[in-house]
Amino acid sequence: MVNYIDEFRNPELSAAIAEKLAEYSGRPLTIMEVCGTHTMSISRYGIRSLLPECIRLVSGPGCPVCVTPAGYMDAAVKLAQNPEIIITTFGDLIRVPGSTSSLAAAKALGADVRIIYSPLDCVRLAEENPGKKVVFLSVGFETTTPVSALAVTHAAEKGLDNFFVLAANKTMPQALKLLAGDSSIRIDGYIYPGHVSTITGTKVYAEVAQAYGIPGVVAGFEPADILHAILTLAELADKREARVINEYSRAVREEGNPAALDKMYEVFEPCDSVWRGLGTIPTSGLRLAPKYASFDAAKAFPGETADADKDIEPKGCRCAEILKGKAVPSDCPFFGNACTPVKPVGACMVSSEGSCAAYYRYKA
Amino acid sequence: MCLSIPGKIVELNGTDAVVDIMGALRGISTELVPDAGLGDYVLIHAGCAIQKLDEEEAANTIQLFKDLKEVMNG
Repeated sequence: MVNYIDEFRNPELSAAIAEKLAEYSGRPLTIMEVCGTHTMSISRYGIRSLLPECIRLVSGPGCPVCVTPAGYMDAAVKLAQNPEIIITTFGDLIRVPGSTSSLAAAKALGADVRIIYSPLDCVRLAEENPGKKVVFLSVGFETTTPVSALAVTHAAEKGLDNFFVLAANKTMPQALKLLAGDSSIRIDGYIYPGHVSTITGTKVYAEVAQAYGIPGVVAGFEPADILHAILTLAELADKREARVINEYSRAVREEGNPAALDKMYEVFEPCDSVWRGLGTIPTSGLRLAPKYASFDAAKAFPGETADADKDIEPKGCRCAEILKGKAVPSDCPFFGNACTPVKPVGACMVSSEGSCAAYYRYKA
Repeated sequence: MCLSIPGKIVELNGTDAVVDIMGALRGISTELVPDAGLGDYVLIHAGCAIQKLDEEEAANTIQLFKDLKEVMNG
């Protein structure tokens, strides 16, 4: 293996798999992927254009920014307006519209909002700015949450009292079961997340397959990975075989990453959570555990964060249906005119992993 | 958000590592993958290694993709 990327991006390999897929002559299928990075890869590599007409690919709620309620952005903007606070955030949250404003707009008006690549950088920022309060906007699924947890334990080890986390982290299993059990969304197979699975392992997918009879394939992100996952799913779904196959075994083990899971559950504990478009899903969220309560921004700044869970849908925006795979971006009346990456109405357009952003960017 | 990229550990000092990502060098933490060692390929996400990459499994997967046989085995 040279770099674990080129081998799986090999165009001849992908072409051969696509050719085999084109021979599919079974029943029409709807396949759903539930990972924002898969959403982007599928559009970027033009995967839909390689599929037979009877195989349809839809996106599920795999983009953590897209499923964060607008109330959270309102809370972030309120915190940003406090001159004592430095807001630290992943880049794609910066332009997500809240009900009246966004972090980008707040920043333009003078708020201290900084984009970070790693939550660990926020801890350093807090150390370097003892007179300020650093609030990290903690959004993400199981891939990111262990890293956020690590940031909290680092802050605790250093005895920092000016580092806070506004947690909106979510976990996948409950959302997957909700989708699988929704008879109005007919899904014949799931492409399971690659990097969430490196942390969680694959056992929960077997539960979904058994309980709901839907096969699944854990897939990597290169063209050959995605095409082969669809090929495998087509074969399983056509025969109605509800099995789960791990085709990302170079990175995903059945038991996941126990060290990362331990860290995640040391710092966070499950709670009910509001998913934009899906409503409240019990035990699908994560909040800071009592041991780390002193780092909880919701406790430190109750006034600004009281409504962080409010889900406010802009009128006419179809993000909610798109997140459930019930509509595609081009079905939304705002897509491409009132709602563009430069002037987004909903989160699906502004997030780097949103369906609408993917469709807009790659026209696929 | 789940964007993770493979990189090779070229320097290791406790749990502070430097990885080579297709020629670019970056500092990361290996705290979440405590058994990662010098020369290992790891997946990097938000400044941390999140898993070791398994070369044998990668080779198996490539072979699976090349074979294009009926996928009946798990």
